[in-house]
Formats: sequence, C-alpha cells, structure tokens
Amino acid sequence: MNYPVVKGAAYALVQANSMLLHQGSTQITERLKNEQSEHLKALPEHLRSFEDAVCYPPNQAYIGNITPDQLKEIPHPWYENPIAGASRDGKYGEIMPEDEFFGLMKMVDSFDLVVLEESFQAAVKEKLQSHPILKDIKEITKLDSTAHSADEIQKLVAEHNAQPLYFAGKLVGCVKKAHEFDEALSSEVMLGNLANKASAVLVLKQLLAKTGLNPEQVDYIIECSEEACGDMNQRGGGNFAKAIGEICGCINATGSDTRSFCAGPAHALVEAAALVQSGIYSNVVVLGGGCTAKLGMNSRDHVKKGMPALEDMLGAFAVHIGENDGVNPVIRTDAIGRHKIGSGASPQAVMTAIVTDPLDKIGYKITDIDRYAPELQNPEITEPAGAGNVPMANFKMISALAVKRGDIQKADLMKAVDSFGMPGFAPTQGHIPSGVPFIGHARDMILEGKIERAMIIGKGSLFLGRLTNLFDGVSMIMEKNSGVVATDTGFDQEQLRKMIAEAMREFAKSFRE
Amino acid sequence: MLKGKKVAILGDRDGIPGPAIEECVKAAGAEVVFSTTECFV
Repeated sequence: MNYPVVKGAAYALVQANSMLLHQGSTQITERLKNEQSEHLKALPEHLRSFEDAVCYPPNQAYIGNITPDQLKEIPHPWYENPIAGASRDGKYGEIMPEDEFFGLMKMVDSFDLVVLEESFQAAVKEKLQSHPILKDIKEITKLDSTAHSADEIQKLVAEHNAQPLYFAGKLVGCVKKAHEFDEALSSEVMLGNLANKASAVLVLKQLLAKTGLNPEQVDYIIECSEEACGDMNQRGGGNFAKAIGEICGCINATGSDTRSFCAGPAHALVEAAALVQSGIYSNVVVLGGGCTAKLGMNSRDHVKKGMPALEDMLGAFAVHIGENDGVNPVIRTDAIGRHKIGSGASPQAVMTAIVTDPLDKIGYKITDIDRYAPELQNPEITEPAGAGNVPMANFKMISALAVKRGDIQKADLMKAVDSFGMPGFAPTQGHIPSGVPFIGHARDMILEGKIERAMIIGKGSLFLGRLTNLFDGVSMIMEKNSGVVATDTGFDQEQLRKMIAEAMREFAKSFRE
Repeated sequence: MLKGKKVAILGDRDGIPGPAIEECVKAAGAEVVFSTTECFV
C-alpha cells in the first residue's frame, strides 16, 4: 500500500498585545460588565515585550529552534528562564511582532477594511519590504495607498464601531465593519477573520519557503481553524482556504474549510491523507491561522498571580501532505483513530476509541508508539488558571490504559509517561495545540532515526456549540518510511499477501477438519 | 454518601466529562439537577 507522507510542516507565532487587550473575549466581557474593572486596569502592566516573547522557551520549541526534549530540561517557570539570544526566525517558521502583522493584515485585506495611520503604514511597509518571504507578495502595494490620519482613525473607532489597533500605546489603525447591519460582517468578526487569514498566509509562505514546495504545485488546501467566514444568510459559508491560497500564489489549488473545534486539524489531516492516497490530489496543504478571541483568555488568573500575560501569541501551522516518496514519514491510513458517536464519554472510552482501537487494527501495543502528541497546551498557561497540565493528564490516561491492557506494569506507569510524553509548548489557541505542533518535530525525529513512530491526537469540545453534548477526537500515526514505493502494476501487493495468507489458513483448516 | 442528594456536575473535557460523572452519581442514588462539560483550554 502506498501511504501518503508528511513532506513538511511550518509554524508561526504573532505577538499580539493590542489584540489581547481589545479583542480578547475575556477582556471584551470584562469591559461590558465594568469598563473600570481592576483586571482591565492591571492587565497592561503584565504584557510582555516582543523580545521576551521571542526568548520564551515554549515559543522557541513551537518554531523549532529547540526540541520538546530540550524544553523539558529548562526549569520552570519558563518565563523566568528565557533563552538568551533567541531568534525570531526558526527552523520551522517565525515569531512576528504586532506592527508588522497589522501591515500584513492590510496586505491580505481584499475589501479595504484595514485602515492604518500614515506614518505607521510607511514604517511597517519598510519592514515588510525587507521581510525575506513576505516582500514578494504582490498585495504589498496595498501599503502604498489609502493611509489615514490619526484623527480619521479616531473618528472611525468612536463613531463607526471600528475595532482599534494600537501599537506602543498609540492608536495606529482600525478594522472597519464590512456591512451596516450584518453581525456576521461586523468589525469584531472581520478583525478576527482577517487576523486568522493573515497568520495563515504567514505560515503558508513559511511552509513554501522552508520546504521548497512550489505554490503552483499545491492542488488542495484544507483550512481547519475555529473561525467562521460568511454573512448573515450563511454565517459559516467559507472559504478561508482559497482566500489564503490566493495571496500565496497557489493558482492551481482549490480548497475548503473543515471544522470540529480543536479536533479540526486532525480531521483535516485525515482528509488530506485520503485525498492523496486515493490519487485525487498529489499535494495537499492543511493549515490553520490564529484566534484573536482566545488572546488573554486566562489573563485574569495570570494577573492575580503576578505573572506575565502569556496568552499573547496568535498561533498558526501548515502541513504538506504528499505522495509517497520513499523518504518522508508515512501516515498510516489503515490505523486512523476516531471517537464515534456511540463511543461514550468516559475517559477510558474516549482513549480506547482514539488510541487503542487504531493500534489494535494493525497489531501494535501502546508501547509501540514512541511519542504521543495529544493536546499540547503549555502548562504554564493552564495551571495557574486551574485547568491543570492538559498534556500530562492525557499521557497518564494513555499510560493507565497500557497498564489495563497489560502492555506495561503498573509500577512503570510514570516511566512510560516520561518515555512517550513531552511538555506542552503550544499557546492556548484552540485548534493549534491539538497534536499538530509536534508534527514538525516528529518528522525530524523519524528522519533522524531517533523514533520510529508518533501518534498525533486531536480532541474537540463539540458541546461548546450547544448542539450536542458529544465530544470529538481523531488520531493518526506517523511512521518511518519503509523506503518502498509501490509501483502501479495493477495490483496491490499488500492485498495479494493478505489473500495468499487467507487461502493458506483455509487450506490448513481443511486439514484439521 | 450521595443517596437522596441533589448534585450539580461540572465536568472537564480533559478530565472526567459531565455525562461520565452523571452515570456514577446516579448509580450512587443522587439526583442530577445540572450537568455540563466545559473546556478550560
């Protein structure tokens, strides 16, 4: 069987202090309840500098400059143990400051909704013109015109419900609403969608640059964030995927959006693998941009505990799934895990459906997987908020299941966690932490011969949409490539082997009878 | 311990979800007056 392969992965972060303060849902709610709240007064003092965000160890792990195993060796709290001299440029992508990002939002804005102040626009244009991978986006010319004065921007914010954009304490721009009455096109929604689109464009450009994939070779794009793009008549009509591909020059691609809360990326990866293995498309990119609403989501607790507001990063990722090249790690499409509608909600039922059912299909034990990548939220963000260490909780559940199945001894439960686990290093951006941050590292570790296989797990909270109480979960296994690429000889060798084995079993059975 | 008691359940997506806790407390004789599962990430 010719499995599809993971040809590359890219990751990007955007530090977004202004959007944390003004568009984060926690702060919006707080402002609605009490504009003079203590939290809103104290929060600005807890914002980090861009340099601090760059040197923050989990962010360096996200863009690939350190491995999760190296992160594990850095003592907590990580925000007090920065990596000296760390770079914004990473092996898998980059960390972008908010001023450049506002410029990028304007570049990707097809309807002139992003307005920037004249001198700010000129300054970010200069920066983006020297950006190694963004300078060749033809829409950079949008930074040549339609700049506004500070007074005009102030008026748009004060009188026309435009969303403000601040940088270094100054109002430097805004995002206008796209319709007078349509809430699906309000300034809040448009800002979230444009930030999502811009961060996805950044990461797709990174993927193309880092892997050498020609944008014209991309056949299909699956976008899997948690935003909805549409109007009042079809609020989730779509299509982020094509809007992102258009900016990046993917002229031969089409695409669509896949949603399932945080499990969206795992579904999208399975779909991409199926499209490639079936021969429908040769090169599929799965990607997701960042979520402005989740910025500073747990900041109340971070402020109360005297910590920096660590949820200041928009996250984005892109993964290239292609045809078997005999080199890159394969996706075992014969062992896809899925939480079925009838699977049940207990932790044991969930983990059985997502982890052990697919392993059983191909005769693997839990210990045959070298690394598990379930939810990879940075615990330094979640623990102060009382949400615990999410990846650790998942590793313990997998390990407990291994004990129950007899794959390991009870005494070795934590030893197994230590062996197949890793510290969470992803920002709490919903779909972003869900297994995918490890794909780049897993690909490298498999190619370097450090591990044989890894399981990527996405879990989604469908009940948040208030249509069902159901939970969601999907998993896939990345495995070392055998190096054998099946040629199209008209028959499937694997299938033939199975048929011969079955015939021999029947033959042996007839002897016993 | 829970027999005849009214119970409000707050489950955790990455811990024990509401429906699973619900089954346990019902079996112990409690009356579930509210049950939800939340996602804290």
